[in-house]
Amino acid sequence: MSVEKSSSLGKDAWLRLRANRMAMISLFILMGIILVSLIGPAISPYAYDQQNLDRVFEGPGKDHIFGTDNLGRDLFARTTYGGRISLAVGLLATLVSLVIGVSYGMFSGYTGGRVDAWMMRAVDVLYALPFTIFVILLMVIFGRNFLLLFLAIGAVEWLTMARITRAQTMNLKRSEFIEAARALGYSHGRILFRHLLPNLIGPIIVYATLTVPAVMLLEAVLSFLGLGVQAPMSSWGSLIKEGAEKMDAAPWLLFFPGMFFCLSLFALNFLGDGLRDALDPKSSKD
Amino acid sequence: MACVMPSIQNPPKIKAMGNLDIQNLKVSFHTREGIIHAVDGVDLSIKPGEIIGLVGESGSGKSVTCNSILQLLPTPPAQIEGGTIDWSGKDLLRQHDEKMRGIRGKEISMIFQDPMSCLNPYLSVLDQVAEPLVIHGMASPTNARKQACEMLARVGVQRVVDHPHAYPHEFSGGMRQRAMIAMALVTKPSLLLADEPTTALDVTVQAKVLNILKELCTDLGVSVLFVSHDLGLVAELADRVVVMYRGKVVEQNDTRSIFSNPQHPYVKALIACRPTLESNPVHLPTVEDFMNPKTGKCQALKKLESPSLNLDSQETLLEVQDLVVEFPTEDGPVRAVDGASLTIRKGSTHGLVGESGSGKTTLGRSILQLTKVNSGKILYQGNAISLENIQDRTRFRKSMQIIFQDPYASLNPRLTVEQALLEPMKVHGLGKSRKDRIDRVVKLLEEVGLGEEYLHRYPHEFSGGQRQRICVARALTTEPEFIVCDECVSAMDVSVQAQVLNLLRSLQASRNLTYLFISHDLGVVKFMSDEISVMQNGKIVENGLAEDLYRNPKSSYTRKLINSIPLANRSSDFGL
Amino acid sequence: MKKFVLSRVLQAIPTLWVIATLTFFMTRFAPGGPFDAEKAIPQEIKVKLESHFGLDRPLFDQYLLYLKNLLRGDLGPSFKYPGWEVSELIATAFPVSLTLGVLSLGIALLIGIPAGIIAALRKNTWLDYLPMSLSMAGICLPTFVLGPLLIYIFSTQLGLFPPLGWYGPADWVLPSFTLGLFYAAYVARLTRAGMLETLQQDYVRTARAKGASPWQVVTKHALRGGLLPVVTYLGPAFAGLISGSFIIESIFFIPGLGKFFVTAAFNRDYTMVLGTVLFYAALIILLNLLVDLLQAWLDPKARQAQ
Repeated sequence: MSVEKSSSLGKDAWLRLRANRMAMISLFILMGIILVSLIGPAISPYAYDQQNLDRVFEGPGKDHIFGTDNLGRDLFARTTYGGRISLAVGLLATLVSLVIGVSYGMFSGYTGGRVDAWMMRAVDVLYALPFTIFVILLMVIFGRNFLLLFLAIGAVEWLTMARITRAQTMNLKRSEFIEAARALGYSHGRILFRHLLPNLIGPIIVYATLTVPAVMLLEAVLSFLGLGVQAPMSSWGSLIKEGAEKMDAAPWLLFFPGMFFCLSLFALNFLGDGLRDALDPKSSKD
Repeated sequence: MACVMPSIQNPPKIKAMGNLDIQNLKVSFHTREGIIHAVDGVDLSIKPGEIIGLVGESGSGKSVTCNSILQLLPTPPAQIEGGTIDWSGKDLLRQHDEKMRGIRGKEISMIFQDPMSCLNPYLSVLDQVAEPLVIHGMASPTNARKQACEMLARVGVQRVVDHPHAYPHEFSGGMRQRAMIAMALVTKPSLLLADEPTTALDVTVQAKVLNILKELCTDLGVSVLFVSHDLGLVAELADRVVVMYRGKVVEQNDTRSIFSNPQHPYVKALIACRPTLESNPVHLPTVEDFMNPKTGKCQALKKLESPSLNLDSQETLLEVQDLVVEFPTEDGPVRAVDGASLTIRKGSTHGLVGESGSGKTTLGRSILQLTKVNSGKILYQGNAISLENIQDRTRFRKSMQIIFQDPYASLNPRLTVEQALLEPMKVHGLGKSRKDRIDRVVKLLEEVGLGEEYLHRYPHEFSGGQRQRICVARALTTEPEFIVCDECVSAMDVSVQAQVLNLLRSLQASRNLTYLFISHDLGVVKFMSDEISVMQNGKIVENGLAEDLYRNPKSSYTRKLINSIPLANRSSDFGL
Repeated sequence: MKKFVLSRVLQAIPTLWVIATLTFFMTRFAPGGPFDAEKAIPQEIKVKLESHFGLDRPLFDQYLLYLKNLLRGDLGPSFKYPGWEVSELIATAFPVSLTLGVLSLGIALLIGIPAGIIAALRKNTWLDYLPMSLSMAGICLPTFVLGPLLIYIFSTQLGLFPPLGWYGPADWVLPSFTLGLFYAAYVARLTRAGMLETLQQDYVRTARAKGASPWQVVTKHALRGGLLPVVTYLGPAFAGLISGSFIIESIFFIPGLGKFFVTAAFNRDYTMVLGTVLFYAALIILLNLLVDLLQAWLDPKARQAQ
């Protein structure tokens, strides 16, 4: 053992992740999709809402590499623009669920006792709500609002996050290094943020990675029902809906947004699996 | 429990049924970190009716050897590299899976270490005990149950006979291990492989289970390969002892000779470094005293000094009066500590011994206010401990510390040694500057036998013994007067245990520390302590000077506890 | 056992009350009313309609009245389907959704469990990689992409099944597969993980040490523990199948409850929305209870805890 070999758990995890071929491919695909979505609308010669009624339903070709839709709008511009929306909804809603879920779960788990019992009972009650239906209700009643959209989705997804965080906190709280911290006279704040939180990050990251695709799926479902973003704006969900309707006439309208969407989900799920293996050396045996 | 003197047998050297002969067995594990040669050329033979003890510390390859006999090792990562295991003329390493299945559980049975996880929680105990008979077509299901019932009654699991639908979780660990023995022997095999079968059990339960195992195997004429880390325990029942070290057999001999005349320095060390009830050394010899693990050369044995501690002149540091701690459960509160009182003198070690569930750990934690106390008083230097105001709390936390059992769980995996040791100083405002604090950390590390080069390492890069040293160093950062050692060497091999115990003793001398030393192991407690309290069911049943308590135990429980300890672990003179 | 079921039923009452209250006020505070959209309705008729349904009374009175009716099991009349009670509408539409849900769940379990077991037993071979990659694809291929694709392939191109409608068993195939494949993918992954976990257990090694054959080890010792996560997932899965079927129902034009709900929400048919939400919630609670009972049947420890 040499001193230089000393490495933190983070570095070890990264090395393990790098050895996981599927996870690394997923990471590259994901970065590619994000990059294309970011610069796509800027480099495309057409705006996402620019109509050209002379060139409707044009297949993929030189001018329009992904083809055009029923109003002659460029599908490449619309797909990459939709990517921005879908990814943004995914990330922001996950962030919302992360903040709510982690604080709720950590507080509940660390406090324990009756407070914990009541807080978890509340989560159980909320679990019995038909949530997809609630989100639909919200969107129908209060109109299609981008902010409301990811707030609503985030509010749905935090429940599982809270449960995971709580379970991990309960486990760690009983572990001896937290007891040692208490015996050393550390304050609750110090124990929570310096000793508990860093050790919770592994499962949180993993679950967050898996939440992003779940959120994107929910957004797509809403878009599919016509409750997502409003035309002429686009998201992958709304584009897939249009594509599905016109599949016989113009299959590329379903193919390209569908491919982007499915690839993102694929990459995120594989990355999440890979992260779980990398962050938890015990599970990497499987 | 009486010790049975080993009998020397001379069976004829013909290949008979029930003759196991392992030749040059080599097993390696292929892991990400590289190849580990777990078993490296082991020769071992068991004759019919013989009981062999296979002894070694963790990583010595004893369990791997045992598991390769029935080909139960997970492959990969394990890989048999070579050798033969001859069983009545068949080489077990070269048998087809189907042939192996006919041998497993019928000719050769096996029992494992952890009875809590080795029984299927979804099936009734009776069905599981009867299963080997059904699998091997030795009885109809109804008949198999009848035989299983008989066998269970023989090992003392009466409950199954009365409640045939009882599931494993309704039984204690000892009862489950008895059921495992019944399951292994119900087919009347020729050989029983027992892989640390009593390690997870309390010492009094262990004695009972061991007795049953020995009686039954002798009755049925089953030969036994008994694998254990505890040389003293093996001496209770083995005719012959085989000692393994780093994948190799270093010595094998009949039990009496191993103890009276050990040849290999490692075996000498193994016998010497375990504290026995009889001896009173200040320092325990360690494996390093006998051999340098790098060169394997034997070193001169250090002289042992005798202890000298005068308890009369010591003032009282901590007093516990009528302490009661209750835990809420679904069936109402359970009293973990039930009116316990004890007095700890300054500069002394107070031992607290008891079996699992006796409340000893809860008592230790409640002294440190890590567990809520229901009633009773804890006086520190004559004052009641209060955590109400911050000043008092800080002073109290600074002067009392704790070292836990599991050195893997008691260090935050995300902090380097330096960070872990600096933090308490920062919180308690010790040291003038960062540089001053780092100097102190380095000094502390040297005090516990680690160097400055370890400062920037993370806990996962250390061995168990090293981690416990770091935990000791961390407990010392606030310069406490009183330290609770909660089973702090229980998870360690005897050789590592000896080092940590020696460290704790020398620190006590140099820093005038007071310890509350909690353990289930009376031998270790007696080595460490000036006074001992024995705990059972939340109550302190006996209290006294260490030597008195051992020589003249007053309570029947203490006597039972002492009598359950294997003879060889009571006195190192065993066999001489 | 009876006590356990009874306590769970009693617990459901406050839950349903919270849901009823939440939904009631959410719909009422929202902009727009059931009779706003149709401009053709003259003012007097709108007032008449509103008074007929009690919408002109103070909000809190409406709420109390609704709860009172609810206690009698009366979900009230639909605002948008004149002459129909909400419970009648649910009774018409739910069997369709139930059929779809049961078929999909059957497909999910029949495909998912064997695939998961095989993958676990042949870990790190192509028998593991192939089903697991397919299942990952299944999870990532949303129903609204898969549905149109299946229609395109099996209906438009091959002409094997009807693309739309819900008249006979031939119509059931495509929708149930669309919905079932997603859950099959999930079940397969859960089964694999559960089996791998169980196969590592000490008691599986004990079974091998007894001389049990691989088949006996799997069926008698590993399967129960390995399928527990799947059983736990059954509750949310079935709830998701039933309440999440509106996508499928709108793709395949199936007159199920999901479609009714979405239409009701768009139309501000308050009583219908409330009734459906409560019905779904009660269904989810019931299913979770059934799953707990199933779990207890599989796991003796859980049986004792109850």
